[in-house]
Amino acid sequence: MKKYTLNILLVIFAIGLLFAAHFRIIDGYIQIVVMTIGINIMMSTSLNLVNGNMGEFTCGHAAFMCIGAYISSVLSVFCFGSNFGDPLLPAASVVIVFPIILLIGGAVAAVSSLLVSVPSFKTRDDYLAIISIAVNYMVISAIQNMDFLGGSRGFQGMKDTVWAMIDVFDGPWMLFWVINFTIFTVWAIRRFISSTYGKGVNAICQDEVAAEIMSVNTNKIKIINFMVAAGLAGCAGGLYAHIIGYVNPQSFNILKSTEALVMVYLGGMGSLSGAIMSAIIFTCLLEVLRSQAIIDVLLSPATFIFPDWEPSAGVIKWVMIPLLLIIVMQFRSEGIMGNRELGDVFPKLKKFYRFK
Amino acid sequence: MAQTQIQTEQTPVLEIRSLTQRFGGLTAVNDFNVKLMPGELSGLIGPNGAGKTTVFNLASGFYQPTEGQILVDGIPTAGLKPHKVTTLGMARTFQNIRLWNDMTVLDNIRVAQHSQLGYGFFHAITRSKRYRAREEQITKEAEELLDVFDLKRYAEELPKNLPYGTQRKLEIARALSSHPKLLLLDEPAAGLNSADAKDLIRLIRWIHETFDVTIWMIEHHMDVMMELCTQIKVIDFGETIAEGSAEHVRNHPAVMTAYLGDDNI
Repeated sequence: MKKYTLNILLVIFAIGLLFAAHFRIIDGYIQIVVMTIGINIMMSTSLNLVNGNMGEFTCGHAAFMCIGAYISSVLSVFCFGSNFGDPLLPAASVVIVFPIILLIGGAVAAVSSLLVSVPSFKTRDDYLAIISIAVNYMVISAIQNMDFLGGSRGFQGMKDTVWAMIDVFDGPWMLFWVINFTIFTVWAIRRFISSTYGKGVNAICQDEVAAEIMSVNTNKIKIINFMVAAGLAGCAGGLYAHIIGYVNPQSFNILKSTEALVMVYLGGMGSLSGAIMSAIIFTCLLEVLRSQAIIDVLLSPATFIFPDWEPSAGVIKWVMIPLLLIIVMQFRSEGIMGNRELGDVFPKLKKFYRFK
Repeated sequence: MAQTQIQTEQTPVLEIRSLTQRFGGLTAVNDFNVKLMPGELSGLIGPNGAGKTTVFNLASGFYQPTEGQILVDGIPTAGLKPHKVTTLGMARTFQNIRLWNDMTVLDNIRVAQHSQLGYGFFHAITRSKRYRAREEQITKEAEELLDVFDLKRYAEELPKNLPYGTQRKLEIARALSSHPKLLLLDEPAAGLNSADAKDLIRLIRWIHETFDVTIWMIEHHMDVMMELCTQIKVIDFGETIAEGSAEHVRNHPAVMTAYLGDDNI
């Protein structure tokens, strides 16, 4: 029983969160922050599979989030919304169909990852980074030019699905799905990467030639690894679209990809627990720095010298966070965890969880 | 029935027929032939840059030959990726050690059995019955292998923290973990002192006897070669200049010229 302590605590925490949201103990704002943390955990852990575990450098992860978001949005509007005519499915089936819609979005994103994984057979490092940026731009431009999806005006109508769920049972449904998918993501990645099959990914990272000679089918493992990463990012995108109720191609541009990259490098390459921790820290930082009062206090020495300067939180945020990354890279270049898991840093902790 | 059995027994583990490899204008290997019968322990020597490692890279499928044919256990390897060639029963080590340095010693051995896992992605995710059975067996085999190689106490260490000689040994153990029929050793004694080299001779002989494997090795230490190999082939500038027993090769005039230079100048 002792070795499941942490797992049970996590489940209790998740259920507590849902109850608190249901009985309005925590307000909508906190709920949004928690859901953003969940989505960011999905993004950072999935990108960590490629950039950390496999040692490739891709910076177009938002492209897959975008594909997942659009596919699941369109499907959900088709099934439960009114934009494209009458809903295809009865509203009561939404509770079962919604996760399937998200998974389909993820699956399409996974297939689209072939755009990056096939070139990765021949190229590495900088060249693959350029390819991944190209894929990011391709996806955004393609969707911007699809008028039936709203083009650059964006696409909406997903709230119908959320309301259909609320009609079935009045509860914090999106929080429920985000918690479930976040746990599913971390669990699936952990299982994949801790199996001998998944350790082939680490072998490719450490010595690709040796991996190929030692019977690892490097091309296949690369495809699978990219697919898992992109698929989970696609699920994250679907959730994001349904939380906001509106998607716009520009919200998945290179800045979004960079956010995911920052989380991975902040947490430490190849460390699953590092990616989770940095996603939490990063999201909380973003929220804290959104407050004008805090920015004013932080910059009071500067505003004292330049009294005419009125820093705005929305802008300064994007100065502070890259600065944080520079500081972390300067003083702890391996990131917070640095290729180790929480259990390696605190061996005693291992007694309290079993996460397989 | 009896006849087919004799025939399969006579299939060479590795057969290379008139192999030629050109890199641009450079002919790295020219018309190279070799036939390794099961249980053989033979060597390939030659001065630096003679094309020895190129032959190994060709044999393990790392390069596709310009001309010629390579058969592993009777199966032509043309067009096969290196991991497929490995699956045919070949394993190799590298001149400069290529272990996975951030994986434990045990994982190094386990991952080398990747082609024989027998389960895929969804088995790994669902931790199916087959996954558990195979994983258990792989771990058991890896531990046994580490045990016979006297490396078990390092199982949870990272290879980069091990002494150089132990890393060499581990690389050979990793190559053997995929149950190969043919083991290619690329300069296993490189960087070892004479005491370690003696251990290595004992180790290779012991592997040859215990694991029932054909060994083909490249080596610069002539004493290692003389002691171990029944057949030695000498190449220089991609051309085969001599072959035969250790004694024959040692006194061959072409070999002397290749190594020591021509005294007629």
